[in-house]
Amino acid sequence: MRHEISILIIGLLAVLTTASVVAAILSARAPKPLSSTLVNLTQRINAWWVMVALMTVAFFFGRYGMTILFALISFAALREFVTLTHTRRSDHWVLLGMFGIIIPFQYWLVWTAWYGLFVIFIPVYCFLLMPAITALHGDTERFLERIAAQQWAVMISVYCVSHVPALLTLNVPGFEGRTLLLIAFLIIVVQGSDVLQYIFGKLFGKHRFSPNVSPSKTWEGLIGGLVSASLLGALLSFVTPFSPLQAAAVAFVACSMGFLGGLVASAIKRDQGVKDWGHLIEGHGGMMDRTDSLVFAAPVFFHIVRYFWTV
Amino acid sequence: MNKLSLKTFTLLQTVTSVGLSALAWMVTGVRPIWNGSLPSDRQRIYFANHTSHGDFILLSACLSEKERAITHAVAAGEYWGKSRLRRFIAQDMLSSVLINRQWTKPEENPIEIMLSVLDQGHSLILFPEGTRNMTEEPLLAFRSGLYNLSMARPEVELIPCWIENMSRVLPKGQFLPVPLLCRVVFGAPVAVGPGEERRAFLERAHATLLALNPRPERDD
Repeated sequence: MRHEISILIIGLLAVLTTASVVAAILSARAPKPLSSTLVNLTQRINAWWVMVALMTVAFFFGRYGMTILFALISFAALREFVTLTHTRRSDHWVLLGMFGIIIPFQYWLVWTAWYGLFVIFIPVYCFLLMPAITALHGDTERFLERIAAQQWAVMISVYCVSHVPALLTLNVPGFEGRTLLLIAFLIIVVQGSDVLQYIFGKLFGKHRFSPNVSPSKTWEGLIGGLVSASLLGALLSFVTPFSPLQAAAVAFVACSMGFLGGLVASAIKRDQGVKDWGHLIEGHGGMMDRTDSLVFAAPVFFHIVRYFWTV
Repeated sequence: MNKLSLKTFTLLQTVTSVGLSALAWMVTGVRPIWNGSLPSDRQRIYFANHTSHGDFILLSACLSEKERAITHAVAAGEYWGKSRLRRFIAQDMLSSVLINRQWTKPEENPIEIMLSVLDQGHSLILFPEGTRNMTEEPLLAFRSGLYNLSMARPEVELIPCWIENMSRVLPKGQFLPVPLLCRVVFGAPVAVGPGEERRAFLERAHATLLALNPRPERDD
């Protein structure tokens, strides 16, 4: 596995260095003051350096590192989500439970690889008990809206995100002890697809995909991003249990889900009248702005691998 | 008169302030929005809406280390002065300035105490509603302290600060905070206009602070 990790890290360093150099050259040539797009591009690349560094550190701590990192990502994402929704005083205990019980317990289930409860804890027990607690408080003002928002918040920020470290619990024959690489594959392909969609969109984007939801998503960006991300997947098949063709297909499905995740996140933001989820990551917005695609891709990727590749 | 002798932070106060700012960041991701004023170490009175015990922690977390060391929250002496432990927390750890709202002796005059802090070059965090707002109203009417201080020391800047979301983080009667993102919006300084009446000024300051709320429809 060392060999594959070294190649991935060298590859990422090469891409980031290239990106920083290109951004520096563009900024040097552009008229001053720099356009907001260029400033934002530099901020985004700088944040990528930090994110890649953090992921790499977590990677070296293996299962511990990944479980803790994604529990923290869930925390940040849930915090952004709940901040945007309508909450009332009577929701206090449910909200506390979301942060204090649901996140730790869900990641404990990931840690102990208790698959049976991991897949149903949130969609069965939490989804039934959370509205029950809210009803017991007796405050029916905007009740359906409140419980729906709470459930969707937990679904997106905790349940879906926890499927990333859960990849470590899969038992793929012939791939033992290397499941960390599945996480690397998923994240590189999905985040790579986001970046590639952005680049293709900026360079060739003409036809808007869904002007009502997200003005920045174009057909050209989508197609260019998905095709190139699938190729990237095929190229990375050496770190996976997949053949190059399978890797391309899996990457295509994951990135398509990722695109839909971004679309849904944009629709929620538009509905709530905000541009970004938060401000945690300079140039990108909040944690949810960076993970919206991963959130939709992770459970589907997890179940594809589990169904077709595990025993 | 009760002369407070103020120094910059003791070790305990520095540790407390750094620790609480870190905690505030972990729970609320607090960040300042400078909307009309800029960070500065000049002498100021920061006045803010007050819904929870965490308010002044959030506000001071938005200040630099240097500003924090000379900025004191004004707190209720009836509550924080009651026992030795509370006094220790309020004064020795948080470096608050305690005032009694029901004062009797001349040396307890709140305005005099606050002026003596200002006269030593330090800044204040003041909650002009006078108490935590437990009502459905977004902001209670202001007490007159803000006006009196500004009349007595017109050179000190009055900065309105809207603390967002804290009423949702720590609602009435709760002691465990829900992690929600909070911002502190720092507005343009307000000052008593020439010949401006106490009441008119307080209402104007009130309206200025209320107008800083970035998402008024969100509050509940």
